[in-house]
Parts: sequence; C-alpha cells; structure tokens
Amino acid sequence: MARTPTIYGLMAEFEEPTALVNATDLARREGYSVMDAYSPFPIEELHEALGSHHTRLPLIVLVGGILGCVGGYALQLWASAVAYPINVGGRPYHSWPAFIPITFECTILAAALSAVLGMLALNGLPMPYHPVFNVPRFALASRNRFFLCIEAKDPKFDLEATRRFLETLNPREVSTVAD
Amino acid sequence: MTERHEEIDDPLHTIVGTGKPPVIAPGHTFSTVTDKISAIVLTRPTGLGWYAGFGISFLLTLLLFVAVSYLVVEGIGIWGNNVPVGWAFEITNFVWWIGIGHAGTLISAILLLLKQTWRTSINRFAEAMTLFAVACAGLFPAIHTGRPWLDYWLLPYPNTMGVWPQFRSPIMWDVFAVSTYATVSALFWYIGLLPDLATLRDRSQSKTGRVIYGMLAMGWRGSAHHWHRYETAYLLLAGIATPLVVSVHTVVSFDFSIAILPGWHATIFPPYFVAGAIYSGFAMVLTLAIPIRAAYGLEDFITLRHLQNMAKVMLVTGLIVVYGYMTEMFMAWYSADKFEVFVPYNRLTGPYAPYYYALLFCNAVAPQALWFRRVRSSPIGLFVIAIIVNIGMWLERFIIIVTSLHRDFMPSAWGRYAPTIWDWSTFVGTIGLFLALLFLFLRFLPMISIFEMRTILPGAKVDEDLRVI
Repeated sequence: MARTPTIYGLMAEFEEPTALVNATDLARREGYSVMDAYSPFPIEELHEALGSHHTRLPLIVLVGGILGCVGGYALQLWASAVAYPINVGGRPYHSWPAFIPITFECTILAAALSAVLGMLALNGLPMPYHPVFNVPRFALASRNRFFLCIEAKDPKFDLEATRRFLETLNPREVSTVAD
Repeated sequence: MTERHEEIDDPLHTIVGTGKPPVIAPGHTFSTVTDKISAIVLTRPTGLGWYAGFGISFLLTLLLFVAVSYLVVEGIGIWGNNVPVGWAFEITNFVWWIGIGHAGTLISAILLLLKQTWRTSINRFAEAMTLFAVACAGLFPAIHTGRPWLDYWLLPYPNTMGVWPQFRSPIMWDVFAVSTYATVSALFWYIGLLPDLATLRDRSQSKTGRVIYGMLAMGWRGSAHHWHRYETAYLLLAGIATPLVVSVHTVVSFDFSIAILPGWHATIFPPYFVAGAIYSGFAMVLTLAIPIRAAYGLEDFITLRHLQNMAKVMLVTGLIVVYGYMTEMFMAWYSADKFEVFVPYNRLTGPYAPYYYALLFCNAVAPQALWFRRVRSSPIGLFVIAIIVNIGMWLERFIIIVTSLHRDFMPSAWGRYAPTIWDWSTFVGTIGLFLALLFLFLRFLPMISIFEMRTILPGAKVDEDLRVI
C-alpha cells in the first residue's frame, strides 16, 4: 500500500498513563521508531519507552552560566580598571571582592536564560501549527487523555497495518492525523 | 469555637493512620482537577467580590500614580526624609516588599528540590505574589534616586558621557540582584504556566480566549520529548533559583552592613535578613491563601496541611529572626563600643521605642502561638498571626533604618523622621498595585498549577505490575 503524503500519522487514545507506556513499549518492540507520546503531565517512563537519549540541556545551562560568570566579571574589571578607573578610598582598581556579587548574579541570570531559551529551542517552541492538533479529541491531551502517535515518516508505517496494530493495543479510539 | 467544630466535621482534617491532613482531597481525578481550576478562569461568572476587590485596589493604584507624578514634578522634598534620616519610608518599603517575594521562590525552588509535594497547590500564586512584590519593591529605589528619568545611568552601557557605574557600590549590586531576581522569577513563573496555558487554550469556549492563551502556550502539546526537557529545565531553574533567593536578600542586607553606621555594620545581617524575608513571605502567602481558598472554594486543593506546614516554616524562620535580634543586642554589648551600645539603648528608650516594642510583640511574641496545633489548624487564627507578622516585619525594617540613622555619632547631627502624606500615599499605593495585579492574575490565569496537581493524584503513577515489558 502506498503511503499517502497528506497523512501525518496515526494516533491512538488511551485513558491511563500505564496503558500509554505499555502501548509505547509494544510499538517499539513491533519495530516502530518515529513516534511520539502525548500526556497531560510528565511521565518519566514514557521518555525511556520512546528510546530517547539524554537531553543536552544541562550542558547548555553550564555553558551559559560560565559565560555569564566570565562576562560579568570581565565587564566590571574592564569598566573599573580600564575604561573608567576611579580611586575610591584608595581601593585597588581591580578590587575583586567587590566584584563577586555582580559576577554571581550574572552567572545566575545567564544560566537561567539558557535553561529557558534552551528548553524552548530544543523543543522547537513556539510552534504555531502542528498536525496533531488536527485531531479534535487531541484537546484532551491537556486534560485527562493519553495519546500515542506513530508518524507516517516511520519506515515501517503502513496506514492499514499500523492501524490494525494500534487497534490491538486496546485504545479508546484510533484517529488518522492529517498533515 | 469554630476550629473545634471544623476538626470534627472537616473530612480533610486527617489521613487515616497518619494524623496529617492530605495535600489534596480524596476523590479527585485528572478531569475534575483540570475542570475545577480552569473553570475559575474560563466559565465561572466573575463575582461581585472580585469587582469590589479589584476596584478598590485599582483606586489605590491610581493613588500611587498621583503620588509618583507629584514626586516627579516636585522632587523628593515632598517626603519626610531629610538629613540625617535619608532613607526612611522608601527603603523600608523596598526591603519589605522584596522580602515578601522570597517565599514564592522558596516554595517553587527549594521545596521542589526537597521533593515536598505540598508545595504544588500553592507554588503558582506564591510565584505570582513574588513577581508583583518585586515589581512594587523595584519601584522604590527607582523613585528614591530623585531623578527617576536618569535611572538608566545605573546600567552599564557604553555612553557618550564616557562614564561607567561604580561596581564597588552595594547600590550597583542591588541593581543586578533585584533585576536578576525579577527576571528569573518571571521565567520560572512563565515556564511553570506553559502546560496550563495549553490546557486553557484547549478548554476555552471563546475565540479570543483560544487565540490569546494559544499564543501564550507557544504551541505546547505535551509531547514526551518536550516533557523530558521541560522537567530538566524546571529542575535546573530550581537549582539556579535556590542560591539566587538566598543571595538577593543578602545583597539587600549589604546595602546596610557595608556602611559603618552603628546598627547596620554587622555580619549577622545577611542570614538575619534572609530568614526575615522568608518569614514575611510566608506570612504574606498565608494572608493571601486563606481568603482566596475560602472565596474560590479551593479547600480541596489548599488543605489544612498546607496551612499547617506554612505555619511551621513561619515559626522556624521567626525564631531565627528572634535570634538575630538577640545577636544584635549581644554584639552591641560585647563590642564595648559606646556608639554600638547606644543603638539598642536608643531603640528601647528613644523616641521610636513604642515601634520597637510593637515589633518585638509582632515578630517575637505573637507567632509563639504557632507552637499549638489548635492555632495551626485554625485558618482564622493563622490569618490573624500572618497579618501581625506582616506588620511586624515592616516595623523591623523601619526600626533598622530610622533608629540607626536618626542618632548616629555626633549628637549635633541627630534628627527625627516622620512620614508625610506622600510617604503614606506611595506605600499604600504599592499595596493597591500589588493587590490589583493579584486580582487580575486570579481572574485570568490558573492560580493553582493544574498539571502538577495531576501528577500528585494516585492515578498518575505508572503501575509497574501492569507493565507488559
């Protein structure tokens, strides 16, 4: 059966988090790899069931924090000792203990911004349009329902066979997701 | 007594066997939690109480606009502060507001790291409270500079004047600490809101609601990959915000302790200020939570357990603050420096002595009632104590600032301070601004984190016995 290019994938709806995790596990054992699971709250097991890797986010935050730290200190050093040296009560121009609070705050600020912007960027947000929203029942993904979507890009995807497979997982409903 | 009556009738009072009230009432499911919290924003008719509350606080906000406008026109001579009391009301209010903010970050960050599930139903509005309190706090130093339109000189940027800010000054540290704090609190709050904004987008009946919440939700769809990064980011933010919350009031205390003024120049200041900040912050959370929970019928989510735990935090931080008072006294005596010895003597016998005794009553005596379970279990009792502590913590900052400044070294340079109508208008105006923002928040955003409430429901755990692989 030929793949229809206008289809994004097939989506099965479940009522329990355990059912979704089981369905994801079984789909992976069946050989599907390009899929995503949607839930109204974070489920730790789901991420493992999808076979995802660790996120690079902690590294991004570390780099952001280090840049903030070095940048904050360099700014104060340059401004106080090079660009605008002022003798305040005989203190040295490079009076490092006085520079610590601002260096600390810059570290925090840059790390926090990297955490938030990094998370949004890695998640591809903001994303104004996504095919999964074409399924009307998907509105419940932010309330009390759990969804597994096997995408048409998956090499093993076949509209009929995949639908039959999803039906075996005991879902509440299987819907076709238009692209 | 009403609380006796409640102890018997309230089904939420205890979990069988533990003697502790639950963090969420039994019988809730993913859908009931979602519907109940989102209904406040989406479907429930806006009550007369909301309009009255918002109306009054908005009028007070207008008073703030008047006070600040007149200040800009006339200059800070309209306030009562003058040499030697140069700081007075404005810095008192600044420290008070910023201290209140600390409870929000503590609840969202530190309690998250400590895996305290009871934080879940109070973190959202505590964070909102933080943001609004920091907004009120930030206003004071800004208008206190005298020429607020030149405040941008505090920012380090290359300019044609060829000058740079003085980074050795605690005032600069303040600028960085407070602006970082405001930014990180806003990020934390917004990131926490993201999945709930998606819920509102999906549940909103009106087109306007769908569009606005939809834009704010950034297309959040609850993907497992997204949740994983989201949780990592949230945890990292909590880890980053934890040292931040401690640092902010430390830096605020540096404003005082770096100066050589007796009564300010003390190493106890940073821990003493941080404890005081958390103390006043929890008092404010209780002040807000108790009426909100009653007005919106949220007793299922903000249970007695939350109130009791907050009361315990208040008791502990209150005792640390009392320890700070004792250390101040002891160090003054132990220093054998007559100017230092004079500070507590002047506080106890000088012109501001009544305020000092009031402060001791509010912060040291009244909260001792929290040792009793009966008081901790009574919302009304807690509300009264929380109000007393709010007043006490304001008085504490007033005493620290005014009594230290008004009589320092040379009696010829001594003076007195009394607030003018404009000092009061500005202060009361910020309370109005704070409450007006809070009313808007309650009306337009979910005041309890819906998705986190789902995670603490029994059904949220994946049942390992039912796993197929």
